[in-house]
Amino acid sequence: MPTNKSVSKAPITQFVNCRILRDHKLQREDLWVREGRILDPEKLFFDEEGYADQRVDCEGLIIAPGFIDVQINGGYGIDFSQATSNVRGGVALVAKKILEHGVTSFLPTLVTSPPNIYHKVGTTSTPVLSTCPVSHHCCHLEGPFISLEKKGAHPEQYLRSFQSGGMLDLIETYGTLDNVAMVTLAPELPNSEKVVRELAQRGITVSLGHSVANLSQAEEAVQNGASFITHLFNAMLPFHHRDPGIVGLLTSDQVPQDRTVFYGMIADGIHTNSAALRIAHRAHPTGLVLVTDAITAMGLPPGRHTLGQQVIEIQGLHAYVAGTKTLSGSIATMDMCVRHFKQASGCSVEQALEAASLHPAQLLGITRCKGTLDYGADADLVLLDDAINVRATYIAGQEVWRK
Amino acid sequence: MKLIILNDYDQVGEWAAKYIRNKILRFNPGPDRFFILGLPTGGTPLGCYKKLIEFYKKGEISFKYVKTFNMDEYVGIPRDHPESYHSFMWNNLFKHIDIKSENTHILDGNAANLVEECDSFEEEIKAAGGIDLFVGGIGPDGHIAFNEPGSSLLSRTRVKTLAQDTILANARFFDGDLSKVPTMALTVGVATAMDAREVMILITGVHKAFALYKAIEEGVNHMWTVSAFQQHPQTVFVCDEDATLELRVKTVKYFQGMMHVHNKLVDPLPPN
Repeated sequence: MPTNKSVSKAPITQFVNCRILRDHKLQREDLWVREGRILDPEKLFFDEEGYADQRVDCEGLIIAPGFIDVQINGGYGIDFSQATSNVRGGVALVAKKILEHGVTSFLPTLVTSPPNIYHKVGTTSTPVLSTCPVSHHCCHLEGPFISLEKKGAHPEQYLRSFQSGGMLDLIETYGTLDNVAMVTLAPELPNSEKVVRELAQRGITVSLGHSVANLSQAEEAVQNGASFITHLFNAMLPFHHRDPGIVGLLTSDQVPQDRTVFYGMIADGIHTNSAALRIAHRAHPTGLVLVTDAITAMGLPPGRHTLGQQVIEIQGLHAYVAGTKTLSGSIATMDMCVRHFKQASGCSVEQALEAASLHPAQLLGITRCKGTLDYGADADLVLLDDAINVRATYIAGQEVWRK
Repeated sequence: MKLIILNDYDQVGEWAAKYIRNKILRFNPGPDRFFILGLPTGGTPLGCYKKLIEFYKKGEISFKYVKTFNMDEYVGIPRDHPESYHSFMWNNLFKHIDIKSENTHILDGNAANLVEECDSFEEEIKAAGGIDLFVGGIGPDGHIAFNEPGSSLLSRTRVKTLAQDTILANARFFDGDLSKVPTMALTVGVATAMDAREVMILITGVHKAFALYKAIEEGVNHMWTVSAFQQHPQTVFVCDEDATLELRVKTVKYFQGMMHVHNKLVDPLPPN
């Protein structure tokens, strides 16, 4: 059909024969894309008298917003915490590979490392792929301001505290905060309050994790601006009925009214027992954010690989700190996590998909362009079948992977 | 008039859609001769629209050479408000079929000069060659479009203030908040609809029964503006049994007896 577009001459794509995730429901609607963004077809029809230039037949598949992984340490042999000669290339390789899992945005995560690593890796900014503030050039710094007792797989010798009063320590360690989207820290460390407040004010998401904080310390951190919990249950005090610790944030009444505390869940069937997953989900369903916490070895065959400054070992679906039984991260993929989460929690398809798209976008404050299929949002899409297998992935309306 | 009496709402929608389909196919529109349809909004025509979309999807009909003129639109609500008639037509018909935007005409309730908007709407109808088939519904107060009781039977497209009954009835679409309901609308006039070469009115439900009675069994009266169509040479009223509850048994039996003849109008056309 001829086109007549008074607003833009860019080609318009119409995805037909699909079910789209909108307003928390899967709806039988077409999806329209122009110039990398979701287009309002009604405006197009009445204002511009415009039409689609091409149609993509989705054959009944589900279209969901592309998944967002806010905790991923590497994959396919790439370790984000290693200062290689080609940091940018490494991030780009992982970015390309995880498209197969439906992930269109992620925060490269750096585990506790010596300052020179942060200085080298952090200052290498990777190209911004969209106008949205977070694509893959903003990272998640997990440590080193974490608790010794809950270091997990992090190297003890590089843990730090806020000796110089807070922000000074941070700048000294990280070098720059320009490319940082999220920082995981332990709020019980002295002088953390100022740090939490300052980071939050700068628009950096503060996450609580690798910590022995009690509930009051955690609540205070939230009131100072913390909004995320790094891999709930792991690397924190277990729930206790007289002091639920960080886990208690899920049902805390000290969280300010207008704010939500989100929490990361590694739903790989290994890091968290399904019953615990269900307890968390039922207590606070809207805060659940699926993360992979995937490590270098994700996507690689079994064997030994490096993670940060340590060596880890793959055995089947498990990844341990070499020579121990301490889990060092997961090798699950995001689509596996979504499937497992749905099956273990019994939630709806919509809820499972939102845990990997809408919720992380809400956490990072980027829902204007990511995590939804609302008009104007970036057209980062994942096409899935009813069993939540990824069939195709799109970034800015362009197909970047197809099964 | 032809009074088509069917069992229920779904049958009314299907019969009406088939009638429209056959009319368009027989007309055989093309790039130089468009079929001009007048269209309503509301609950009554929804079933008919669903069926038309079905026929389009099955390949039985195309709207490529069809032009549409809607009867009315609210004044003062944004065009993309979920209750605007633009939204209604987009969501319930236009987005599912192959009609071109430039061939659809809906009054603009946000025009800078409402009177000019109404006048130019009349001009557009004239320029298109007049309406071939005007489809409409009927209000419980017997109104056609927004020609509320007391509207002149010779009226043309104009701005109308809505009757209190209408505003109350519409409140349910505006969160039950009367202050949010539009109080004015642009509407085609009674005479505008009468100018169409053929008229089809859909009436379903018990709450429309009295209006139907007033429209066809009593006199032509500006208090029941649909009654004006008694003076149109080609009118079809399509209704369900509930809507006939206020009619005389004699009227109903007469037209029910004609159904085997009238049903021929909606038989699938022989392939050309």
